[in-house]
Amino acid sequence: MSEHVAPPVLSTRKFSLWYGSHQAVIEVDLDIAERQITAIIGPSGCGKSTLIRAFNRLNDLIPGVRTAGEILFRGEGIYRRGVDPVAVRRHIGMVFQKPNPFPKTVFENVAFGLRINGFQGNLKDRVAQALVQAALWDEVKNDLHRKTGYDLSGGQQQRLCIARALAVEPEVLLMDEPCSALDPIATAKIEDLIRDLARSVTVAIVTHNMQQAARVSDWTAFMLLGELVEFGPTREVFTRPKDSRTEAYITGRFG
Amino acid sequence: MVLTPHSLGRAARGRSRRERLATVGLTTAGLLAVVITFTIIALFIQGSVPFLRKVPLGEFLGGTRWAPIHEPASYGILPLVGATVVTTGIALAVAVPLGLLAAVFLSAYAPSSVRRVLKPALELLAGVPTVVYGFFALRFVTPLLQGFIPALGFWNGLSAGLVMGIMIVPYMASLSEDVLYAVPRSLWEGAYALGATRFETVVRVVIPAALSGIGAAFILALTRAVGETMIVALAAGRTPTWPPDPTKPLLTLTTAIVNIATGDHEATAFIWAAVFAIGLLLFLVTLALNTVSYLVIQRYREKYA
Repeated sequence: MSEHVAPPVLSTRKFSLWYGSHQAVIEVDLDIAERQITAIIGPSGCGKSTLIRAFNRLNDLIPGVRTAGEILFRGEGIYRRGVDPVAVRRHIGMVFQKPNPFPKTVFENVAFGLRINGFQGNLKDRVAQALVQAALWDEVKNDLHRKTGYDLSGGQQQRLCIARALAVEPEVLLMDEPCSALDPIATAKIEDLIRDLARSVTVAIVTHNMQQAARVSDWTAFMLLGELVEFGPTREVFTRPKDSRTEAYITGRFG
Repeated sequence: MVLTPHSLGRAARGRSRRERLATVGLTTAGLLAVVITFTIIALFIQGSVPFLRKVPLGEFLGGTRWAPIHEPASYGILPLVGATVVTTGIALAVAVPLGLLAAVFLSAYAPSSVRRVLKPALELLAGVPTVVYGFFALRFVTPLLQGFIPALGFWNGLSAGLVMGIMIVPYMASLSEDVLYAVPRSLWEGAYALGATRFETVVRVVIPAALSGIGAAFILALTRAVGETMIVALAAGRTPTWPPDPTKPLLTLTTAIVNIATGDHEATAFIWAAVFAIGLLLFLVTLALNTVSYLVIQRYREKYA
């Protein structure tokens, strides 16, 4: 795993987020390095999913959400006035916990983002390319227009969702516990895929599975009760944690 | 408490009797609806037989003159069918777009505080008696429209159809809103995460996913319009005309039945058989429309979950 320092694509600056009066993220400072995999771990309710959903302003959809501090995407504040969340999401894609393919054909699922973004090139090639990238092509190439997203297995559905996100060539791919609804074999496939993807795209992945974080990520952030407790190269966080709470968590004493 | 095998057996017997009773009772209730429907159909078929024996089917379905109490009587149904098609068409042209837009607004655009007020208000509107709508059409909408269309008759299909459409909007809106709102949030988020705007998400993901339910709402709207009686009886007049002209008085299938039933006819008069024939036709038309709509929806809907 490479641990050289690359310039951050996304950085949070004293970022806080409230759901109504409940503060879910507390003054987090975190850098997501380019073309590397950053894992965010922590027990349930620690704010890790909230934080990752803040990276593409998906929390905007929830009434009563308030933020403070900044999130910078290549130096530009995405929460600044005048920034269109739709534009942010066109650069920062997302894969969700539960696979959520559209009830359309496999082809239309992948073509969706391209169509709404007014893609001018060869749609067929681009869809095929995204499916190859998501390691799903061989399994669906004969059923592109015959099967819908829901005809696929859970693991295939999740790879379809990854292909769908990759088709629009995002600079960052956010993954919110992408394997938690999958069996171990499907999980292993997705993990391999994530490692491959990091060659061309920046990945931030939330996981409650510490082994997964240790297996796939270059950087690990440990969150607890809304705060970022520790952040560093994955090997260091897992072998020489600086904070006693991190050590307690990764050795399985709570969480 | 110690359970002996004896007490166990007794408890089981008592409960299983209750269980059987519940099964029988619920099955009966369920079947009753089916039995009643088929009884009505059977009665209509039976009642139509004397009519269809005397009046040739071609003359009934293809005739353009409806004059059942004249001498010689003429039983051409086309003016009635035409009137129903015209008023239903106008009603749907109002109800479907308005209802769908209201549903999209409520499910995707309205803040939850607005939705909480508007949704029950809309459903309340569905409870207004149709006779009120009929009077509204006759005494308010027609005079209003006469300002724009001087040739519009006192009774006419246009204002009856328009008001019928307004009457149907709540059904269309409320049912469509339910299915739009039921589309999982995860599909919304999936579209948003790809950089879709709210409008793109609604049009390309949410509406297609809800299409079967929207179709069901459309079928209900259609059935309500074809079967609506009071509004057309009050506002559209009772004159069978061919070809049907929405600016002139019309006689729909339903009002033709009202006409005969409220007229001064002997109980054994042949004209009562015509009521059965019209009723049967009304039933068959509705059934056919429902079936076609259902098949179309099955073809185009996107199935989630």
